[in-house]
Amino acid sequence: MRLTRFLSKNWLLSYASLYVAFLYAPVILLPLFAFNDSTIIAFPIKGFTTKWFTVLFESTALHQAVKNSMIVGVVTAVLSTILGTCAARAMVRFGFPLKRGIVSFIMLPLVLPEIIVAVALLVLLMQLGFSLSIWTVIGGHVLICVPFSVAILSSAFQGLDRNLEEASLDLGETGFGTFRRVIFPLILPGVISSLLITFTISLDEFSIAFFLTGTEVTLPVYIWSQLRFPAKLPSVMALGTILLVLSVLLLVLGEWFRRRSAKQQGLDPASGGGFMR
Amino acid sequence: MTQTPIIDISDVHKSFGKIEALKGVNLKIEEGEFFSLLGPSGCGKTTLLRMIAGFEEPTSGAVVIGGEPMMGIPANKRPTNMVFQSYAIFPHLSVTDNVGYGLAKKKMSRAEIAEEVNTALAMVDLDGYGDRSAHELSGGQRQRVALARALVMKPRVVLLDEPLSALDKKLREQMQIELRELQQSVGITFILVTHDQEEALIMSDRIAVLFEGEIAQVASPQTLYRHPVNERVASFIGVMNFLTAQASEGAKGGLELTIPALGSVTIDHGARPEGLAAASIDRIGVRTEMLTILFDESDRAECESEGVVVGASYYGDMTYYSVQLPETEELTTVSMRNTAGRLIVASGTNVRIGWGADSIVLFS
Amino acid sequence: MSKVRGVFLLLGREERQGLTLISPPLLYALIMLAAPLAMVVTFSFWSQNYLDLDTTITLKNYKEAWERPIYRVLILRSLNISIMVTLVTVLLAFPMAYFLSFRVKKNKALWLFLITIPFWTSYLLRVFLWKVILGYNGVLNSALMWLGIIDEPMTFILYNLNAVVITLAHAWAPFAILPIFVSLERIDRSLLEAAEDLGDGPFRRFFRVTLPLAMPGVIASTLIVMIPTVGDFITPKLVGGTDGLMISNMIQIQFGKANNAPLGAALAITSMIIVGSVSLVIFMAGRWFRGRAQ
Repeated sequence: MRLTRFLSKNWLLSYASLYVAFLYAPVILLPLFAFNDSTIIAFPIKGFTTKWFTVLFESTALHQAVKNSMIVGVVTAVLSTILGTCAARAMVRFGFPLKRGIVSFIMLPLVLPEIIVAVALLVLLMQLGFSLSIWTVIGGHVLICVPFSVAILSSAFQGLDRNLEEASLDLGETGFGTFRRVIFPLILPGVISSLLITFTISLDEFSIAFFLTGTEVTLPVYIWSQLRFPAKLPSVMALGTILLVLSVLLLVLGEWFRRRSAKQQGLDPASGGGFMR
Repeated sequence: MTQTPIIDISDVHKSFGKIEALKGVNLKIEEGEFFSLLGPSGCGKTTLLRMIAGFEEPTSGAVVIGGEPMMGIPANKRPTNMVFQSYAIFPHLSVTDNVGYGLAKKKMSRAEIAEEVNTALAMVDLDGYGDRSAHELSGGQRQRVALARALVMKPRVVLLDEPLSALDKKLREQMQIELRELQQSVGITFILVTHDQEEALIMSDRIAVLFEGEIAQVASPQTLYRHPVNERVASFIGVMNFLTAQASEGAKGGLELTIPALGSVTIDHGARPEGLAAASIDRIGVRTEMLTILFDESDRAECESEGVVVGASYYGDMTYYSVQLPETEELTTVSMRNTAGRLIVASGTNVRIGWGADSIVLFS
Repeated sequence: MSKVRGVFLLLGREERQGLTLISPPLLYALIMLAAPLAMVVTFSFWSQNYLDLDTTITLKNYKEAWERPIYRVLILRSLNISIMVTLVTVLLAFPMAYFLSFRVKKNKALWLFLITIPFWTSYLLRVFLWKVILGYNGVLNSALMWLGIIDEPMTFILYNLNAVVITLAHAWAPFAILPIFVSLERIDRSLLEAAEDLGDGPFRRFFRVTLPLAMPGVIASTLIVMIPTVGDFITPKLVGGTDGLMISNMIQIQFGKANNAPLGAALAITSMIIVGSVSLVIFMAGRWFRGRAQ
């Protein structure tokens, strides 16, 4: 068969295609079964319906979880971006004692298993007598999001010509004025990218939320609680579809801003995978 | 000239860790001068400029601008403005906003700012470019915006860090003349850092030559060219031939020079550098244009020697000959203008070389 | 405190500015990471009886962790599973990274972007979807039966080690691909041309030039997959069945129902140490390999 000949010659291409299909397989299922008129997640497909989405809209528990996730997400995004900006600027612009150690420590959450982070925070909070709430979740989320923010913003700061700051000072502007008029506008795309990505990470994050949440659950924790009920599965599919679309949109936006920032500073936007380092 | 110099640098040392960038620099720059800091890469000229601007502090020594000591005064409070080598044009602002950037801190109305900006843009030939954004500009245009941005602040000193190095040759030559004319019409002190000795010669009223953190010589372009203080300065500026020589004391404080390659000559007391002992002379310098090839039998010169032409490089308006002079291993370069009717001398030809007492450069 | 201030003022202006700027994130990390980790270590030397915490220093938690067979089994199995998952994931990811680096000419960033899209869904959902796919009445079985390829549903694909491996190989795919891709991109193509010029065929070129130079990326990829896998409790719980249960599930139980936080802490630290040691070995091996290649 011509097809098998083609496949064996271009085996790498065939492999790559199969691999990509493997990657997308579960994800394709989400919209497929979200619109499927059946409570069982299995083939054959029964028919088209939007009732699972309607069910979602009527669930108050879901609405509450969404609201909680939004609050956690926004606060996490803002706090991690602020901290990430401080760290990235310090890293790129200044030299100071113990710099490598300090930076490695701040980035450490990236390589620690989430359960360790969650458990450690839980232990601390237990000892200090803090009760679990949205704020404890935020605390945990900020810890793991700061490294991402640092990575994105240090890339933004590195593209900043040091002479621009000196020129601003030379023309009579104060340090704070220089930040406001020159530095911030130029790193703004990086800031926005950081906000969007940390928001998305927080939105999807489960392990830490699971350990540190009080009575007000976030969306992933809510989903976890729904997974034992087979009847709820299709609406979970619907929810997953919405989340997927939302995440992709945010991601696209983040990437668009990163490219704009690169173009504005005269760099090649196609270089680098963006936030992945 | 007893007025206070606009810039007074006394005994300035600067170290970066173990590296000594400046070793005891003393310099006085007059108001209204076009002054250049000239030297090879790493000689400390940019460090010195940044110290005047306020981006570096001396490790020891003082920088005084307009009579006011600048110790501890940050860059944004000094009466200087800088044009950076990379121009440092704010990429997110238009040309107008770039040029008017520093004016925002002064209490001026928007109309006043706009007027100042337009005047500055006109000064650098960028009328009407106000609305363009930074990345639409060419290198030469960005350079002018940087200049306008500095000039609009009406500083007492404008500092320029190799502003022309990124431009191509023709544009650079054009800008050299324009900058010079601009400086003269505005009357502000300009301090230029460059490694290009031609550029310094063309533009400056005075030049300071730096090697390895120390000033070798401060002089006008002509003095620097014709009376370089030592061999290193001599070879850095233009092309200089070096020949062995011996000297003995002559009448009336002059010198009797014997140059094996060229002959003997008497140097008047007036042309002799102060404090130069006859016994200490072992080499002299001769500029390429100070030696002439005597084409006709009838051509005469104050002194004459002989040589053989070994090679010729044709530059259109000039020809540079490599000549083998007697008693010398290295070849001597002689430059001749290609005037009407003058032929190029072929390799291997024996020639007579004309020169005079004026041709000789003595080093202190 | 005044000593700190004294030292601080001794530093140069730039260093002071740098330290001031880094202090908010540093303080946050110290409070939210260093202190908690220190607490976990401390906890592991205490003991808990139902809700009472006994703060006398004791090694009994560590003794229990090492001696009780169930914990030892779990720890070893977790290590096993991690290594297996890592092996499979990295092996599957490498050809994909190679394809992206060497075969794709234009728009590499776009391809990378496309590869990451599936992973912007909740991890929880993805694991759950694999459960849905691999189940007895799940998508894969129903599709294959509907197509007539099999008569009976396959049972070996869910609630065991296989399911955990498949799910995690999927979940870690982009994290595994990316470091390898970056390493491959850095290889100077002219080196390969030189090798070809000197007579090496494609396989020899790969093993003599490409693979050694890609080693840093492969090592990074291995570590990126292995370390978090040990800490994963979601995948084992949802798709692992009883065979697939890992140490993190046990840690979670100790902190939850079993009310024995000190034991949980000791287990956590033990697994961290073990994983840390294995990672170090892998890291050093990678270094040695790279040294040989040079």
